[in-house]
Amino acid sequence: MGSMKEVFNSLFLKELLKGMSVTGKYFFARKITVQYPEEKTPQSFRFRGLHALRRYPNGEERCIACKLCEAICPAMAITIEAEPRDDGSRRTTRYDIDLTKCIFCGFCEEACPVDAVVETRVFEYHGEKRGDLYYTKQMLLANGDRYEDQIAQDRQADAAYR
Amino acid sequence: MDALMNFGQGIFGGVWPAVWTLIKIVLIVAPLMLGVAYLTLAERKVIGYMQVRIGPNRVGPWGLIQPIADGLKLLFKEIIIPGRSSKGVFIIAPMLAIAPALAAWAVVPFTDTLVLANIDASLLYIMAITSIGVYGIILSGWASNSKYAFLGAMRSAAQMISYEIAMGFSLICVLMISNSLNLVEIVNVQDQGRFAGMGLNFLSWNWLPLFPMFIVYLISGTAELNRAPFDVAEGESEIVAGFHIEYSGMAFALFFLAEYANMILVAALTSIMFLGGWLSPVGFLPDGIIWLLAKMSFVLLLFLWFRATFPRYRYDQLMRLGWKVFIPICLIWLVVVGVWMMSPFTIWK
Repeated sequence: MGSMKEVFNSLFLKELLKGMSVTGKYFFARKITVQYPEEKTPQSFRFRGLHALRRYPNGEERCIACKLCEAICPAMAITIEAEPRDDGSRRTTRYDIDLTKCIFCGFCEEACPVDAVVETRVFEYHGEKRGDLYYTKQMLLANGDRYEDQIAQDRQADAAYR
Repeated sequence: MDALMNFGQGIFGGVWPAVWTLIKIVLIVAPLMLGVAYLTLAERKVIGYMQVRIGPNRVGPWGLIQPIADGLKLLFKEIIIPGRSSKGVFIIAPMLAIAPALAAWAVVPFTDTLVLANIDASLLYIMAITSIGVYGIILSGWASNSKYAFLGAMRSAAQMISYEIAMGFSLICVLMISNSLNLVEIVNVQDQGRFAGMGLNFLSWNWLPLFPMFIVYLISGTAELNRAPFDVAEGESEIVAGFHIEYSGMAFALFFLAEYANMILVAALTSIMFLGGWLSPVGFLPDGIIWLLAKMSFVLLLFLWFRATFPRYRYDQLMRLGWKVFIPICLIWLVVVGVWMMSPFTIWK
């Protein structure tokens, strides 16, 4: 009896019609496409985009050249050189991130003891040649200055979960 | 019309009949090509909608200029001819694919008078011409000298030959009850019958008494077109693109055009053979080409719908369906129709 039913169902294309009714229903469903340049998906405050180096409110750069980020970076994208400054504090003379190597894992900002290197929400940047994506200390500090408000806000929001 | 004829006669003299035929050919092929272009857009839109996407919408309003952009892109791309291919055949194959796809339209009637060549054996002509299309595919696969292209061509050839049998049988049923091989006659016969007399013309079309054959024809048609779910010939995930993998630019575009022109052709034939062609579905509305176009659009929508719904058949399942299911069904229904026609309950006289 069961096999008769099976023959009947397959002969009258029962399951195919069922499948077509599903797709037919979705034809009229609300479309979920995000039309990118005009519409954007919401971002988390933990979004890991373009890097930045932060400063203290008095203008002093946060980075103390501990090189933890350089050590943890799995892609070895960070290059740091450091020597004592005239006032005796330990500072970087060179802090470069090669964004062509970076995998945006966020380990550098996790490792940083002073919240100096962070990843911002910025993801719409580009370089026209390979060298354009090699970010130097000046460029990273400039990023930090430009996006400081957003960065501080995001750190604030994230603090509750840390 | 007479004025046009006299005017043409005056300018072209003796060659006017040839020129006039050429004009008629252009009048069929140009809208067909436009239809093909916009069928690709419709396909992307419909499948997009069924997948809860919105499909192309960047080029022009609702993406309406997208097909033109695609065509221009293909036109300007380089045609790469593989070094180890057999070059002559490689170039001829796309032409062999598209020529039958266009030639078949010569006998397709758009209304009872609007037909390029109203020949008596037009159904036979269609069967013959569409069968030639498989040569384009086989030769392209062979000439490419690539294993994927070769596999695709072999699959496609075997598939098309298998389903042509089921298709032919279902057409024999139509032929029996229409008593004619002429497509115009086949449509006209569908205008007679008990329901047509009551004004419910759509119930006297062939699809109802020949319902199993209608389904068989529709599915075999899909298989014949190498379309999803029978697209094993170009199964992207298995053999990359099948027979046209080595083709680029306009040569590829020709295969593409042929495939979609064939799609429209099968839609037109389904409409003519089973859905009453240009006849209006109810008595009080006038017949006209608009009904044929509406029916073709419906069948084409079905093809797109199939593609959005069904996963690809495995090759052995596909062969099983063709040989072990469709051909027996066709043979049984052939006998049923024959007995029905001879019995006192016949609805065809």
